[in-house]
Amino acid sequence: MSDVAVRPMPNLLANGWIKAGLILAAIVVAAILGARLDGSGTLHKIFIDPFDQMVAAPDLLAQTVWEGLVSGVLYALIALGFVLIFKASGVFNFAQGIMVVFAALTLVGLYEKGVPAFLAVILTLGVMFVLAVAIERVVLRPLVNQPDIILFMATFGITYFLIGLGESVFGGNPKQMIADQLWLPKGAVDLKLFGGLVSLQKIDIAAAIIASVMIAVLAAFFQYTRIGRALRAVADSHKAALSVGISLNQIWVIVWFTAGIVALITGIMWGARSDVSFALEIVALKALPVLILGGFTSIPGAIIGGLIIGIGEKMGEFYWGPLVGGGIESWLAYFIALGFLLFRPQGLFGDKIIERI
Amino acid sequence: MFYREAGQFKSTYQADMAVFPIRQDRIGLAIILAIAFIGIPMLANDFFITSVMIPFLVFSLAAIGLNILTGYTGLISLGTAAFMGVGAYACYKLTTFFPGVNIIVLILVSGLFSAGIGVLFGLPSLRIKGFYLAVATLAAQFFLQWAFVRVPWLFNYNASGAIEVPQRLLFGIPVTGASAAPETRYFVCLVLVVALTWFASNLVHGKIGRSWMAVRDMDIAAELMGIKLLNAKLLAFAVSSFYAGVAGAMMIFLWYGGGEANDVFTIRLSFNILFMVIIGGLGSLIGSFFGAAFIASLPTIMKFGLPALGVPMSGATAEHVTFMLVGALIIIFLIVEPHGLARLWQIGKQKLRTWPFPY
Repeated sequence: MSDVAVRPMPNLLANGWIKAGLILAAIVVAAILGARLDGSGTLHKIFIDPFDQMVAAPDLLAQTVWEGLVSGVLYALIALGFVLIFKASGVFNFAQGIMVVFAALTLVGLYEKGVPAFLAVILTLGVMFVLAVAIERVVLRPLVNQPDIILFMATFGITYFLIGLGESVFGGNPKQMIADQLWLPKGAVDLKLFGGLVSLQKIDIAAAIIASVMIAVLAAFFQYTRIGRALRAVADSHKAALSVGISLNQIWVIVWFTAGIVALITGIMWGARSDVSFALEIVALKALPVLILGGFTSIPGAIIGGLIIGIGEKMGEFYWGPLVGGGIESWLAYFIALGFLLFRPQGLFGDKIIERI
Repeated sequence: MFYREAGQFKSTYQADMAVFPIRQDRIGLAIILAIAFIGIPMLANDFFITSVMIPFLVFSLAAIGLNILTGYTGLISLGTAAFMGVGAYACYKLTTFFPGVNIIVLILVSGLFSAGIGVLFGLPSLRIKGFYLAVATLAAQFFLQWAFVRVPWLFNYNASGAIEVPQRLLFGIPVTGASAAPETRYFVCLVLVVALTWFASNLVHGKIGRSWMAVRDMDIAAELMGIKLLNAKLLAFAVSSFYAGVAGAMMIFLWYGGGEANDVFTIRLSFNILFMVIIGGLGSLIGSFFGAAFIASLPTIMKFGLPALGVPMSGATAEHVTFMLVGALIIIFLIVEPHGLARLWQIGKQKLRTWPFPY
């Protein structure tokens, strides 16, 4: 009796990379065959034509990638707020998107009431702090130790409440972001690239820079300050953090306030590109595929996920969208994220999910 | 005093395991059904039937569908509205192709189409769980919503881009279309909801329901005990989407009488149905009804009830205040009773058993 003879073949398909490789190979083979079979048919349009366009007009490609990059940064900023809260309190905060709108509306509303722009920013931060304290007191503290889905639902309640509050205080009409008063640059820079013009909006460049600075500051805050250490401890284990004397209530206020600051900055950036209105709420849902792509617990994941989704969906819309009638931006992000999830169920950078019976 | 099972002896296993083991419960159910079938059509006016009862029935059915998936199998879905949309559009196409077939049959068959789509979008659930899955189901929501608008074949190339419900007769009485009486539509809804609730009750109390609950409590453990996860999860998606699809077809054909996906089957509807399930009580059929009654009637109560009480409100403010109140009520309910209205109902019944002499 030899053991070797009965040992089963290792399941090659269980390895994600091999599976991905096989699928890619299949796609390539199908593409080549398809291109052979129908010179200008459907397969050609799907697999060959877009790449031809990319090579033929590299300036358009650069423009598309840049636009994707910028919207990716904004998705990443919203996702960042989610990740902060999820890491520290395990709450899947659905209200992050509406917090962005609410912060931006408060800022614009205060300015319209005659408050100077920078004072309005400070006052808005104050409002976000009050909001953080209120959420901790009213929602989180009574619901501590409840299942995740209950807390998730509670953030839905917050969302509805904030929509109602924002609309009844500031009205439902779209508002103009006070970009000039906050010294945000206007206009566009035209770059000569690949024999064409690539136009970069200055506000987008500013958004990218501010986002990078903010992420660096947050990283430093988490890494080097006392509160940052406490936050990381809470993220690791609530019980252990409590037992060494970290106040969960205090940490939650800090985290929600930090998420509020991130929301305000996102709101300013986004509001400067388009109007400030509750329509942003739907766009904010795009942060969700970013989250599952990057992993709920990873800040770098939120950023890289945001960039992948942003670039992926802009390129998809531009090059492949016309094939099916356009408008695919609304769902493409979810499918990109789903594709990644099938290989890494915890997202690109998420903590490995270990399950025990 | 009157709600007590003393003296009711059970002599068979079947009687012991019955869904309503206490005689008073069965009497109560009979009274409720009698009110629903006889009392409301006799006494209620058209406004009450069309804007309270029919929405309540439609939402109840959708909530039962989502409850099967989320409450019984533990898979969170945010795509219910899209599956309802599949049902509505399937029913529209079917009644266009087969105008002679009984509309109730077509509503039920369109649920099957929805079930198929649901299984397709349920496939990722084998690999991903929890909130990751919830976000993944948003893919269904947005993709299907896009398809409803972009594929003109689905709405028969109508200029309006919406479903235009034709008139269909049942035993010579118009059931759908502009000339259908509210009472008729109400009756059809009621019969469908009662029949499907009975079916769901049998499903969740039987072997299939037990396997779903095992998967919900811990899917790895369930797998080790010999439950096939593939079958259990995909069946849950299929049944859930079937219910959602039937509810969607009912919504368009029996309630709205026509409509466009982008107005009706939006993500907000998905969220509302999830609210109903959570506020009503996860894993409880009666909770689905409670939740549907609560969430569906809240805007109507706000709109007509508050002015009647002397609280003056204009249309726009009323809407905003409704939003705030709904949000606040959701939070309050979750804090007071995270297990939903169904648990409150249970506690109430337990109290009633010992009333007036609690020990």
